[in-house]
Amino acid sequence: MNDFSDAIDFIFHSRESLTGGVRVGGSELWSLLAKHLELSFAALGLACLIAVPIGLWLGHIRRGQFLAISISNLGRAVPTLALIAFFIAYFGVGFVNVMFALMLLAIPPILTNAYVGVTQVDPDSVDAARGVGMTGVQIVRKVELPLALPLIFGGIRISAVNVIATATIAPLAGVVTLGNPIINAQVYGPAGRLGAAIVVAVVAVAADAGFGLLQRAVTPRALRLANRRMETA
Amino acid sequence: MKRVSMLVAIAASLALAACGGSNDDSTSTSASGSQTSASSGNTIQSSSANKGKTVTIGSKNFTEEFILGEIYAQALQAAGYTVKKQLNLGSEQIALKAVKSGQVDAYPEYTGTALTSFFDKKATDVPHDEQKAYQEAKAGFAKSNLTALPPTPFTDSNGVGMLKSKAQKLGITKISDLTSKGSSLTLYGTPECRQRPDCLLGLQDVYKIKFKKFVPVDPGLRHKVLDSGQADTSIVFTTDGQLAQGKELLLKDDKHMFPPYNVTLVFRNEALKKLGPEAQKTIALVQKGLTTEAMQELNSRVDIDKQTPQQVAKDYLTESGYVK
Amino acid sequence: MTLADLVIHRREQSDCVSNDGFCPSWIADNWQRYTHPFWQHLFLTAVAVTIGFAIATGLAIVAHRRRWLIPPVTTVTGIMYTIPSLSLFFLLQPITGRGNTTALIALVSYTLLIIFRNVLAGLDNVAPETRDAAKGLGLTERQVLWRIEMPLALPEIMAGLRVASTTTVGLATLAFFAGAGGLGGSIFSDLTFKSNVVVAGGLCVLLAVALDVLILGAQRMLTPWRRAARA
Repeated sequence: MNDFSDAIDFIFHSRESLTGGVRVGGSELWSLLAKHLELSFAALGLACLIAVPIGLWLGHIRRGQFLAISISNLGRAVPTLALIAFFIAYFGVGFVNVMFALMLLAIPPILTNAYVGVTQVDPDSVDAARGVGMTGVQIVRKVELPLALPLIFGGIRISAVNVIATATIAPLAGVVTLGNPIINAQVYGPAGRLGAAIVVAVVAVAADAGFGLLQRAVTPRALRLANRRMETA
Repeated sequence: MKRVSMLVAIAASLALAACGGSNDDSTSTSASGSQTSASSGNTIQSSSANKGKTVTIGSKNFTEEFILGEIYAQALQAAGYTVKKQLNLGSEQIALKAVKSGQVDAYPEYTGTALTSFFDKKATDVPHDEQKAYQEAKAGFAKSNLTALPPTPFTDSNGVGMLKSKAQKLGITKISDLTSKGSSLTLYGTPECRQRPDCLLGLQDVYKIKFKKFVPVDPGLRHKVLDSGQADTSIVFTTDGQLAQGKELLLKDDKHMFPPYNVTLVFRNEALKKLGPEAQKTIALVQKGLTTEAMQELNSRVDIDKQTPQQVAKDYLTESGYVK
Repeated sequence: MTLADLVIHRREQSDCVSNDGFCPSWIADNWQRYTHPFWQHLFLTAVAVTIGFAIATGLAIVAHRRRWLIPPVTTVTGIMYTIPSLSLFFLLQPITGRGNTTALIALVSYTLLIIFRNVLAGLDNVAPETRDAAKGLGLTERQVLWRIEMPLALPEIMAGLRVASTTTVGLATLAFFAGAGGLGGSIFSDLTFKSNVVVAGGLCVLLAVALDVLILGAQRMLTPWRRAARA
């Protein structure tokens, strides 16, 4: 328990680093957190920009089920460390490279969920819309997207947690995030490492809760119960 | 579940048996190079009296430590001791805890690291004399019932590295050249280097250098950023293999700003006593050949030629004549 | 007294290996480096998924009858699922130290939510009429569960098992941070060497795909009366 109290102290009070000369902990964590969130949301944002339109369209034209599901399976099979390492080895270090790696990580759940979300929409509603004379794009925008929104946000929520968790190893690629005390424990010490682990866990849980609230907000009441079953893991 | 673990255990033991047989590494780049002139060619004699004595050697978690741990372990093994290895313990705090608790009996530590990380010495107060630094570290370890054996000839300190081509173009051979030319150059180093007196802060205070920009980077990438052209200068370590490759130049530390980091094998007192005087003699013998040049060569074999530390240590001992 | 010295090699020529490239000859010579980490990785995954499966299935069977348990169990396993595995490795260290135990506890906790939700969903999908018919034939509660409901829930259960396995393979790459070895240790030992990253990373992906196919095959074998739906 002593380790934990030392770690909590690290989070709130800055101290001399183990190797001397630098102040770590306390307010220093804010800049690490800022970089961590900057990296995570940049990757997440880009992933949404790519995955949502593709998933929606594939679902609308009812094609590419195999592709959508396979991307999800493949995405799960590639370990995050391997992905980051691959980018470091082939593309070098730096913010942009890591962001791309994280973006690739975030795409599968969002794309698959967008696809499933659209295919779950009642075909009668779509036919009715077509009957009224709406074009394909209009149907997607006005009928399918709103009804698929809960699942899409479910996918974004999953990706957000994954990206935040993976951004912890970004220091390996030169981007100094909250994972720095864990990767460079010789500077921060065991208290720093544990403290950073706690902060990352809190941020991940908070993000999950936050996106969960967002997801609820976009879900029409009647769909809430039905949709709880269909979330992909 | 039992069947799965049994199958896995069988498979694992088969695989481990395969692991044991190492193949001959052919170094593709060897031409006859220069030879170090430091070792004396004494061979370790195996004594049957040592057979029953066991010792566990640990190490920290980077290349040089792996190599040193293997060298010490294999040397003691050649002397007849029963040796167990627990390399890759982690950072120095974990290693110190391990040797104090008896998890391992000894591990190689750097004098400078011991003084700043364990004995609360400010980086500015670390002695610049290698022997003095060792004596102070030894005294500190003695308080915890640990013995720091005499240090290695090489010291693995921080240094400033540049691409040879760039250095020649700008006419830079030593760090004090950067006082006038540093304002157009970038320096890459670890994030905490910015405020360390044995790193950027020292370069600013002692050499009066003002770099164009300092970029924090993971230490594992200290050479990659030079090679890719991203970094003009980078904080490197004086025994890095890449420095001997011919592409990079280690700038001369003419004002002796960087403190010394010799390696000393730190033993738990009872463990050392149990092994007898043979152990210390063996360690002292195999250390004789560990000059800076030799260490660069050994590091190169692991980091550049991608050989295993175990094989590299074995080759060091045989090539130097310590083990037949 | 013979004078022997360490041979210093000249390295001005650069070749595939010194350039950190993808070198098939190096891989052919050094593939044994990856066998031990591979078996460690498989061990961690198999043990974690097996234990997680046992616990989560037990919880789901109990919660199937006592519905009030579902929200609390989902919340707790949900939090365990959300906490990044890297954090969990270090949060556990003061309590369980470094090594396989810590890694396994974290990996197991990660599988619980997925398997719990899927087993529950599978059991819920059994039509009430089927249950009634079975009860009508005189089967006890327990017999209904094990002879009727569980077999019918198999596709959902297997789907959950597949997701849990592939996810666990991915997470086990970080297990070396907890001191448990695995292919992640191999990747981490040389992040810039393309050959190393591709082989170690590739082995992880192969392992995940192999487990996925294996479980799918088992599912097809165990449910001949039903076309296995792709998860």
